[in-house]
Amino acid sequence: MSELILDAPEPQEEEMAVGTAVSDDPVARAAALLKERFPDAVSDDPREGYSGLMVDVDKLVEVATALRDDFGFNYLSSVTGVDLLSENKLEAVYHTYSLDQGGDALVLHVQVDRDNPSIPSLVPVWPGADFQEREAWDLIGIHFAGHPDLRRILTWDGFNGHPLRKDWKEPFFEEEKKPFGSRWPDGGVFRAEEKNPFGKNVQYPAGWQPTGNEYDVETDMYLPGETHVVDPGTGIKTDKVTVNIGPQHPSTHGVFRMVVVLDGETVVDLKPVMGYLHRNHEKIGERNTFIQNIPYTDRLDYLSSMSNNHGYVLAVEKLFGMEVTERAEWLRILMVELTRICNHLWALGFLLNDLGALQTPMLYFYLERELILDFFEATAGSRMMCNYMRFGGVAYDLPDDVRGTPTLQFLEELIYGNLPRVLDQGDQLITGNEIVRSRCIGVGVLSREDAIAYSTAGPVLRASGVQYDVRRANPYSFYPHLDFDIPVRFNGDVMDRYDIRMEEMRQSLRILQQVLPHIKATTGQKINSDKPQYALRAPRAGEAYGRVENPKGELGYYITARRREGNPDRYHVRAPSFINLTPLGKMCQGHKVADIVVILGSIDIVLGEVDR
Amino acid sequence: MYGTGILKGMAVVMKHFVDSYLDDFYWAARGGRYYNDEALQVRQGVKGRGVKTVFYPEEKLDVPERFRFVPFLVTDDPPPGQKWGKDWCTSCGICAKVCPPQCIWIERGKQPNGRPKPEPNAFFIDIDICMNCGFCMEFCPFDAIKLDHDYELASYNRTTAHIHDKERLSKPLSYWREIAPKKAAAEEAARNFVEEAKAKKKARQAGDGEPDPTLADEHARQLMYRGDTY
Repeated sequence: MSELILDAPEPQEEEMAVGTAVSDDPVARAAALLKERFPDAVSDDPREGYSGLMVDVDKLVEVATALRDDFGFNYLSSVTGVDLLSENKLEAVYHTYSLDQGGDALVLHVQVDRDNPSIPSLVPVWPGADFQEREAWDLIGIHFAGHPDLRRILTWDGFNGHPLRKDWKEPFFEEEKKPFGSRWPDGGVFRAEEKNPFGKNVQYPAGWQPTGNEYDVETDMYLPGETHVVDPGTGIKTDKVTVNIGPQHPSTHGVFRMVVVLDGETVVDLKPVMGYLHRNHEKIGERNTFIQNIPYTDRLDYLSSMSNNHGYVLAVEKLFGMEVTERAEWLRILMVELTRICNHLWALGFLLNDLGALQTPMLYFYLERELILDFFEATAGSRMMCNYMRFGGVAYDLPDDVRGTPTLQFLEELIYGNLPRVLDQGDQLITGNEIVRSRCIGVGVLSREDAIAYSTAGPVLRASGVQYDVRRANPYSFYPHLDFDIPVRFNGDVMDRYDIRMEEMRQSLRILQQVLPHIKATTGQKINSDKPQYALRAPRAGEAYGRVENPKGELGYYITARRREGNPDRYHVRAPSFINLTPLGKMCQGHKVADIVVILGSIDIVLGEVDR
Repeated sequence: MYGTGILKGMAVVMKHFVDSYLDDFYWAARGGRYYNDEALQVRQGVKGRGVKTVFYPEEKLDVPERFRFVPFLVTDDPPPGQKWGKDWCTSCGICAKVCPPQCIWIERGKQPNGRPKPEPNAFFIDIDICMNCGFCMEFCPFDAIKLDHDYELASYNRTTAHIHDKERLSKPLSYWREIAPKKAAAEEAARNFVEEAKAKKKARQAGDGEPDPTLADEHARQLMYRGDTY
């Protein structure tokens, strides 16, 4: 059977006005002003299919500072490293947004020589670049000069090479791209570990010998000044205690480690250590064909797989210029908002668990979450790994019944009955509880300025007084047609993050109540603009960035492709859980050990997404 | 007053406590709350009250028709006296190509003259690698690979028991009809439609009428994708 190729659509982007022409679009305006101010250092990206600006590496910090201070693009969303092997270059891509004006990203591209890849660090401008630059250093090998703590973050110290470089091969390497030739038509089955036994395929960096002490990272993670002080009066050296919390600890929500410096019971500093669940999702994604990535995105934030699917298909649809049918859009919103409720019920259940309200509130929340999962299972075939969305629509229409109840009746019961009831019950049970309030109020405060500077997203950002939600700021799907509020709180403490999630669930219910009539009205219509194809090829070269408001924050997918290729050239996930962890140390300083657990719980991370 | 929040919360817990007994009394006269299919259905639905525990493995939840777990191969129902029916698989390789973790190995059949034969010589699925995404089922143009409902696959030996061969994978059509009646019926209707379209086209070509383009399109679509038949 021949592999179908999509016709190339007309280019969608409008050409940016060159010069100083005033445009309504804040991105175009800022880009024009930047080019005017830095005529030698800033230019349009010349490549086909790319938008944004090409910035000279020497002027990057100046450009970023001007962007932040003078043009209102005060939010650095995503830092992506890209390996351009054929041009012998490495590239860093920065997505910056204006929180006040909303709208699209202003994208900065910085290219450096592959043999000497050094880019000035943007941590002094945006502290939120911290973990993301460490990730780009770890996986791509871009050296960020001036970064305060440029260590590997997802792989360990004894890891050889930078795995996302195009010439790096994994220990169980088979072929550059899927589908692998060995599967068909000759079909000699083998188990990868037999061909390439583990233990014989491990390499260490040159000159690096495993000593067995690599795991005592806390000894070299902090500088001496942070681990002990010398009393100037008596000259006595006072040690502080360095404690590992995790990686095997029930309150870390997975395998996640926090190295804490304690002065008595008080936290002096905290550094997160992650990557225990790292499987290089992005490398797998670059070996995969476009459609093969959809089920892999389920496994990122496995509590909200529908939202993950949504972000990815949006990015690919943008790249391919595909249309989505009306019913599919409504179905997507239905699923995504149910996922949000699902996720928040889980997050709040665990937050209360961490507070010591063991099991009871959590299990009361789960009873209703189960019903949502039942609905997902009946519709998509799986409770958590839904794999539901396809390019141009969704995979399945609604089923006839769920657990013996006709689907629409089930949804009505859920949306008008069970879910509002469980929220009211949750409020009654726990929101007013004096112990919860005294444990949460004033704990883990993140100021508005810090929340923005540290690139936090989602409930964490909104609890700090920034009313920013991708669904409103940069609308996608049918969200502009829906009536809902973006809840915002101003104290930035754990209680506010709890409140925000409670309120968001109510807003999601509002959305669902508006979506249901549309679902009824579009019954029987097409759920996909075209039949999904298994061998889809990119109709044009270029980049696309699709982002959605995931329950945890802004989930973005950065995809580049070459024309007629079936696999993405670069596939990067902007993981909200991961980036929300950047200010964790700052939030915990000055609090007690028991509060760390609560603060972490209030950020709501999923290690599948943090470690990728 | 300090403490009202806690008392309110305790009232909620108390209500759940009482509810669990009320439900017990309700079902006591109707065959019991546990080990009773009807009670289980209600307990797990939107109207469920009280304790929702399912006593697995004595009680099992029904899986919905679309539930997907490790694929199997559809064959014809075996003729009397024989163990296997004819494979539906034509070894076209689409499932192996679309499989995201690449867990399917197919050896294409060969005719004596060396040309490909539309049936597999061997078919392997490594269930350790399979991620139950269902793409093979969605994209198989011959309805030959389906995802199973049998989720109890635990075994004692990972290295020998987890690569399923053709014998282990093959299940008759009647089994598919049993676990997914609506889906099977919808697929059958689609296949019949394609057959009819083909027959009509042939008839037209035998005469001198023009082939009907819409039917041909529909045929191509049906061959391509089986995701949303039901």
